[in-house]
Amino acid sequence: MHEPQTLVPATETKMTARDVKVFYGDKQAIKGVSIDVDMDNVTAFIGPSGCGKSTFLRTLNRMNDTVASARVEGAITLDGEDIYASSMDVVQLRARVGMVFQKPNPFPKSIYENIAYGPRIHGLAAGKADLDVIVEKSLRRAGLWDEVKDRLHDSGTALSGGQQQRLCIGRAIAVEPEVILMDEPCSALDPIATAKIEELIHELRGRYAIVIVTHNMQQAARVSQRTAFFHLGELVEYGVTSDIFTNPQQERTKDYITGRYG
Amino acid sequence: MAEHTIKAFDEEIDKLRGLIAEMGGRAEAAIEHAMLALQRHDKTLAAQVVADDKRIDAIEAEVEKLVVEIIALRAPMANDLRDVIAALKIVSVVERIGDYAKNIAKRVPSIATNKRTLEPISLLPSMGQVAGEMVHDALNAFAARDADLALAVIERDAVVDDFYDSVFRTLVTYMVENPKTISECAHLLFIAKNIERIGDHATNVAEMVYYAATGLTLPDRERGGEQPLED
Repeated sequence: MHEPQTLVPATETKMTARDVKVFYGDKQAIKGVSIDVDMDNVTAFIGPSGCGKSTFLRTLNRMNDTVASARVEGAITLDGEDIYASSMDVVQLRARVGMVFQKPNPFPKSIYENIAYGPRIHGLAAGKADLDVIVEKSLRRAGLWDEVKDRLHDSGTALSGGQQQRLCIGRAIAVEPEVILMDEPCSALDPIATAKIEELIHELRGRYAIVIVTHNMQQAARVSQRTAFFHLGELVEYGVTSDIFTNPQQERTKDYITGRYG
Repeated sequence: MAEHTIKAFDEEIDKLRGLIAEMGGRAEAAIEHAMLALQRHDKTLAAQVVADDKRIDAIEAEVEKLVVEIIALRAPMANDLRDVIAALKIVSVVERIGDYAKNIAKRVPSIATNKRTLEPISLLPSMGQVAGEMVHDALNAFAARDADLALAVIERDAVVDDFYDSVFRTLVTYMVENPKTISECAHLLFIAKNIERIGDHATNVAEMVYYAATGLTLPDRERGGEQPLED
């Protein structure tokens, strides 16, 4: 009885977090979170504003390093390797663990350059021909190629919001990441553009480990196979998405997803 | 339970639960009145049971409409979702229960309660009472989200099944001995079968209540209870 319904068998753990605590100055934003991120499953982080889900997401590629007052304790590994080790090259880490933000933020350059920039500075392309291949492949994976192939040298900022967001996903993909973190990638998009991003997430699943932070619970239900509920800096519940949305085990999770507070 | 941030959602859920409570009360009354009409050979009461069934059918339609609206407009989750789905399934079962009571009432004019049918009729009121209580408790369990009460209902189905076996044997024996009563006894047999089915349906309601309350489905058991004797 009570079998998880959408378990993907034989999942491979890509990242682990153990007893992670984050402080902004004196204020503790994350209170000891332990979680495994699977390679084959999309993981959604949900929770009310200020619950720490975005803060925690940002620990996974050390984005919090850019906040002067932030301090991270605990252990986070990528393929078993401690990402907070002093030997870790943070620039390299962020290529391996890419990020897509709430508001599409393409570079004020051409569509082509938006994609080519990363591979070029990371030395992933031998020449122009190589770069052309990477640009096409990345835009295809981002589901944008057919819409932009005839205007690759137009400005990326001239695209629609949804296209810009897919361009940003393409840009993250271009440097061959292993993990893609998405922080509310659809909150600035209309429903059609949102559906395209969700479809894209579905297509990218399995190729990259994907973690998405979303305020939209229906979106979490649609795109993820694992859902983690955060509240007041704690990880309250983590489980198979269909279980979380039909039969959550924690009272706080239930109250939140049924719209009783938050 | 805490209220929803959106108050209108609570009002809709309350309305839904109110309709189901009313429907359950009416089904329970229909069983009771049908059995009373049978015992007293009260054709007027029997006709009333048949007429009252229209309201039960109307409530089913009303609940279906409300559930579709809630799903479309509120996107219920977790226990809310389970409640709403259970409500949708429960009303179709209670509607069937109402139909069985109506069917019993419809047979009343064909059965003259007199000396010759007194004996085979004797077990039916008690059987009807147990089935009626099961319906009552199953719907109370829904109202109170009481999984234990739902389980108790499920267990009680065996009592109704035993009654049915007993009534069946009694009637067959009686018919063999009194061939002139076969027509009336055949009706009584159908009535017994109807009550037995009411017990099964109450069990189905209880299973849905259990799911709605706990999020768990009951371990393997034959859905709707075991079928006693030949069906």
